[in-house]
This record gives sequence, C-alpha cells and structure tokens, in this order.
Amino acid sequence: MNRRYDPFDALFDFQRALESRLESDWLRGATAGTGAFPPINVFQQGDNLVAILELPGVNKNELEIQAKDNTIRISGKKVIAYEGGVSLHRRERHSGMFDRTLTVPIQIDADRIKAEYRDGVLALFIPRAEGDKPRTIAIN
Amino acid sequence: MSPQELQVQEKREVEKKQESTVPARAFLPTTDIFETEHALTMIMEMPGVDKSKVDVSVEDGVLTIQGQIDFTKYEGMQPVYTEYNIGHYRRSFSLSNKIDQGKIRAEMTDGVLTLVLPKMEEAKPRKISIA
Repeated sequence: MNRRYDPFDALFDFQRALESRLESDWLRGATAGTGAFPPINVFQQGDNLVAILELPGVNKNELEIQAKDNTIRISGKKVIAYEGGVSLHRRERHSGMFDRTLTVPIQIDADRIKAEYRDGVLALFIPRAEGDKPRTIAIN
Repeated sequence: MSPQELQVQEKREVEKKQESTVPARAFLPTTDIFETEHALTMIMEMPGVDKSKVDVSVEDGVLTIQGQIDFTKYEGMQPVYTEYNIGHYRRSFSLSNKIDQGKIRAEMTDGVLTLVLPKMEEAKPRKISIA
C-alpha cells in the first residue's frame, strides 16, 4: 500500500519499538542502580551505540560523565530552588544526587565518546572499538 | 543539604478522556505550582522539548500546555535497551484565578518550562479600609 508518511503513526510505531525493548536483557543487568535516576535508553546506530538519558532541570555544570573501558558513569545533582514567601500548590518534582553506571556488553572506544546535552536530554555517542567490529571473512 | 538519592519518576500518560484522535501516546509533564501575590508560577518538566515547540493557551478558564518533542532525532536508531518511553507532553489545569493572558511569560531551561501567569488586577486581594 502506498501510504503517505504520517509523523503521528511514525511516533506511535517508535513508541511501540521502545516499549518492546523495555528492560531487555541486552545489558544483562549491567546498569548499576536500575530504577535510579536518570533513566537510560540505549540504541544501536550503525556499528555504534547511542545512550539517551532524561535529566530535566539538571544544569550542565552539575553533570559529570566518566568513561573507562566499557563502563560509563553519569553522576551529578539536580537542584530545585524556589524563593521563600510563596504558597506551594503542587509539588511533583524531586531533587537530589544521582550516580549511575552503564556497562555495555561490547568493546567501545572510550576516548571517542561524545556527549551532547540539550533541553534536559543527554545523548552519549559511543563508538564501537575498531577491533570489535564484525569483519567480513573472504572465502578462498 | 543532606545528599538524597534521586529516584526515577515514572512518566504518567495523558488519560484517555483528554486524548486526541492521534494514536501516539502523550505524557503529563511533572509539575510544581506555586503562587505569589501577583502571579501563579508553574514549573513543568518536558525533557526533549525545544522552547519553540511549546504551546500555551487559556480557554474558558482552562490552561493547556503542550510540548512537542523532535523524534526525528531518533532516525536510524534501533532500541536495544530501554527504561522510558518518549512522546509529546500535554497537561491542562483549571484556573481559579483570573489570569492576565497578555502578560503570560514562558521560559525554557534544560527541558524545564517556567510559566509565569500574572493575576488580573481584579483578582488580587484588595485592602478595604474601614471608614
């Protein structure tokens, strides 16, 4: 069927794809503190991985990312400061410290990880180590 | 301040009765609301929403905030492990105060929308002097 591209359907499809990988065993329990802040989604993009984390309200300066071997540590704090003398009607947001590690089950090039933070979303572009990429074997 | 371990807050979905005809799921932004003498301030978490993609409207005393994410950024990405879903944000509140709609101010920082809704002059408490 030749259907026109509908961005709403595309989003719905993508939401279902995300749902289907919910807490998948791909990481084999290798994230310390699952259920802890911030939540992590991991994607495959070509040979590489992209980890996307939601940290709304976290200032870039309060965010620290460290990488060693195939483990990435994301830590920092989320501060909520309201001036005094206000009457609070609703309080749903939480503040505090966070510290999570993500260990990926492939060899990565930790020195070449790129981090982008925008609109409260952190994207970590994690290149797969050259030596870990599958190679095509020529048949003699 | 004692260090407090921050826990994930499960995203809440917009309830069916508010849902529009599109099938995609929308989420409720986590919200703080406080009031001062002059204004009502709402702080809403909408990670992934650019400030140009926020829409605020007041109709019949109901304030509606919508935020659109740009999910085209996910093109070519295959999820392998996920802990949260993504989607547009939408939330409505009925206002008990008269709001001066022309003076609503909005600001977006790190995925958090701050909305300042100044009260109308008539809605402010007035001191009555006793003759």
